[in-house]
Amino acid sequence: MQVSVDRDRCCSSGMCVMNAPDIFEQDDQDSLVRLRQTEFEPAQFAVLRLAADLCPGGAISVTEEDAVEAAPAKDAG
Amino acid sequence: MTSTPTTQAVPMPAPRAVGCPFSPPPAYTEAAATAALTRASLPDGESCWLATGYAEVRAILSDRRFSADARHPAFPMLVANRRELIIENPSFIRLDDPEHARQRRMVTGDFLVKRVEAMRPDIQQIVDEALDRMTDGRTEADLVAEFALPVPSLVICLLLGVPYEDRDRFQGLSRTLLSKHGSAEEVRAAFDELSEYLGGLVADKREQPGDDILSRLAVRDDLTPDDIASTGVLLLVAGHETTANMISLSTALLLEQPEQIALLADPATLPGAVEELLRHLTIVDTGLPRVALEDVELGGTVIKAGEGVIALLSTANQDENLFGGADRRPADELDLGRDARRHMAFGFGVHQCLGQPLARAELQIALATLFRRLPGLRLAATPDKLEFRSETLIYGMRSLPVTW
Repeated sequence: MQVSVDRDRCCSSGMCVMNAPDIFEQDDQDSLVRLRQTEFEPAQFAVLRLAADLCPGGAISVTEEDAVEAAPAKDAG
Repeated sequence: MTSTPTTQAVPMPAPRAVGCPFSPPPAYTEAAATAALTRASLPDGESCWLATGYAEVRAILSDRRFSADARHPAFPMLVANRRELIIENPSFIRLDDPEHARQRRMVTGDFLVKRVEAMRPDIQQIVDEALDRMTDGRTEADLVAEFALPVPSLVICLLLGVPYEDRDRFQGLSRTLLSKHGSAEEVRAAFDELSEYLGGLVADKREQPGDDILSRLAVRDDLTPDDIASTGVLLLVAGHETTANMISLSTALLLEQPEQIALLADPATLPGAVEELLRHLTIVDTGLPRVALEDVELGGTVIKAGEGVIALLSTANQDENLFGGADRRPADELDLGRDARRHMAFGFGVHQCLGQPLARAELQIALATLFRRLPGLRLAATPDKLEFRSETLIYGMRSLPVTW
């Protein structure tokens, strides 16, 4: 699973930090979201999906690996 | 014209049913059962769309084509004769980005989850001291006056840098500002008095800053005195009246269903129990107004540019598919064991409540401590004698006589 955050869309609601404090944090300087990890275990997938779903600003995107792998590999060959 | 439904417009704001003080007004639940998108008639004689379904409410609140800017002439007003006051003194909840984000971000640092977590010992102390005072030599008290209102008032005073000794003044003015019925003159006078009061504090803090929000706003050179006053009024009003009503309503409701109180005692189930109370009670029961800036299709219906819509949180939060389930009580009942995390009691989209981490911490600490310290807590009046507050935009209780 790939996870990205769009800090321009972050409204600092804190929903992600509340639900997944190991994965997300709020920056001390600008209060906007930051990822604390870049690699994710399958056990974290459910809470990542929840965090993306509950983000009021739509700042968190999760891409399932299956979908990425199923897409045509543009650079292949 | 082609998109106007045939169902009758729901008069907003609608009253709750006698004997059902914890359920949304029947007019809203009936409308929700008929259509996820219907019509509302407003106190000023205008009409607008009314979104009652979870998906529609969420879509509206998270779509920037729906504006929160009250200066738009078609912006729906839930209270008659308030438009001019709001237009002249908009807080950032009535502005769109980028101006909304600019002003909101000036105070987000004070409501970070870690900042609020660090405040927990202070909140616990405030809660304990309020209970000490309430129970000192007595066996009966009004929980609203002695606990539900003082706790969040003390917390927001601490955070903003407002002297708690002035509570009679700002609590009364807050209530006037939230009133559904006050005249334009009364409400304007209350706003002017409150912003003048906060302006005086800000001027003092500019000379002698403290470690509080008003001091941090006071020393900024990119905010006008009007910006600071409207943000201060917003934080002060939203910071105590909402949580106060959640504490009193939650207590009254739990005293009716004492078998559920045990879930508040376990730190593992307490946060989820508070989410369920927030969902079930949804005290912003009149919904959130927006106006469409472009034509937007919603479930087969087109909301046209320039049309208003009210996103009703209370009915959205009763979505059976999201919150029901075979092993749970129906979504229109309280079930503290339910996973209620998808509720929208704090709204949704970029305007979602800034103070929600603080509200959660206050509710968790206040309710858990109240029932732990007073295991024999019970009503000191029959349920039909309880006085609920339906005359303000935030639902709540006027008083709650209890004994222990």
